[in-house]
Amino acid sequence: MGLTKDHQIAGETRNRSSLPDTAKNAVTAMAREVSESCLDSLLTEIVSSYCNVLYATKPELAARRIEAIGYHVGHQLSERYTMERPRFNDHLEAIKFICKDFWSELFKKQIDNLKTNHRGTFVLQDDKFAWLSRVSRDPSTEISGSAKDPENKAAESTSMHLYFPCGIIRGALSNLGIPCAVSADISNLPACSFVIRIKV
Amino acid sequence: MAPAVPRSGDAIFANVERVNAELFTLTYGAIVRQLLTDLEEVEEVNKQLDQMGYNIGIRLIDEFLAKSNVTRCVDFRETAEVIAKVGFKMFLGVTASVTNWDVEGTCCSLILEDNPLVDFVELPDTCQGLYYCNILSGVVRGALEMVSMKTEVTWVRDMLRGDDAFELQVKLLKQVPEEYPYKDDE
Repeated sequence: MGLTKDHQIAGETRNRSSLPDTAKNAVTAMAREVSESCLDSLLTEIVSSYCNVLYATKPELAARRIEAIGYHVGHQLSERYTMERPRFNDHLEAIKFICKDFWSELFKKQIDNLKTNHRGTFVLQDDKFAWLSRVSRDPSTEISGSAKDPENKAAESTSMHLYFPCGIIRGALSNLGIPCAVSADISNLPACSFVIRIKV
Repeated sequence: MAPAVPRSGDAIFANVERVNAELFTLTYGAIVRQLLTDLEEVEEVNKQLDQMGYNIGIRLIDEFLAKSNVTRCVDFRETAEVIAKVGFKMFLGVTASVTNWDVEGTCCSLILEDNPLVDFVELPDTCQGLYYCNILSGVVRGALEMVSMKTEVTWVRDMLRGDDAFELQVKLLKQVPEEYPYKDDE
């Protein structure tokens, strides 16, 4: 793919003026929270309902529905989180917003590494992706988000868990006017890489 | 070792890992929306939400028991209070109140005035008959079943239907004596 440039994401945030940070902290302090178990339970139920009950014999349809749920969530969240900021000038700015502010709101951490080939493909790596932290892993198997291996149920179920976050990213970018396809690669667990291909 | 002391809902909630409620609320909304599209019939959506809640409840009870250190409740009245004050608080960050007891002490209502599931939610007219929060009734039913109480949980009031609070009626059907799910020689 020829991904060359590494963007130092964490370094850049430190350069921000202190005022917006303080304002943001005040908002965060008031923001409502629920126990992580509530969200984890919902995510587990989305996958098990769609894969085992509603579309038990049609994994492709189940995957599409799970992705669609994520898409709606990403679309709405991105609308809320960009309400008071100026428009993004280019794709990279929008992607950096996803890596920093958007990811921080969702996971209380930023994306750890961003790479791009400058031709519309971006790879966002989270070194310890929260939603996979409880997924058991078998080091002998290599799995990618789109790989289909009927022999490996565990791999299939792990990949099912990735359609939701992929949908969130696609929905968020779509709300910013950037149509794209998003897939996930977990060959390097607990790290997870999201590959964004912008449609031109 | 000193016996574990039961902990308050506030104390547990302050110490658990927490996430942005907006993400949780919007995710739940997107699930309901997708189910409405896929299942078409509102009644089927109600059933599916209840089933999802039940599945969640039978798992969450373990975390509840492990973190709350509650001792065996003496009666159903105490059980209801614990659900309202500790259970709701440690997971959703809100407490419920318990009222409308029947004389036998086997049926009561949990009243939620603040419900994070419905932030930003408005139901269109096409969703009449939908119990938007039906997942909650499933959670309560599933969790209680794991501690040997068969219950029937139904919505009496629903703010999304114009009522002034969320009222969940919990009716104890029977207490199942505890049985071991396994035999000695297995």
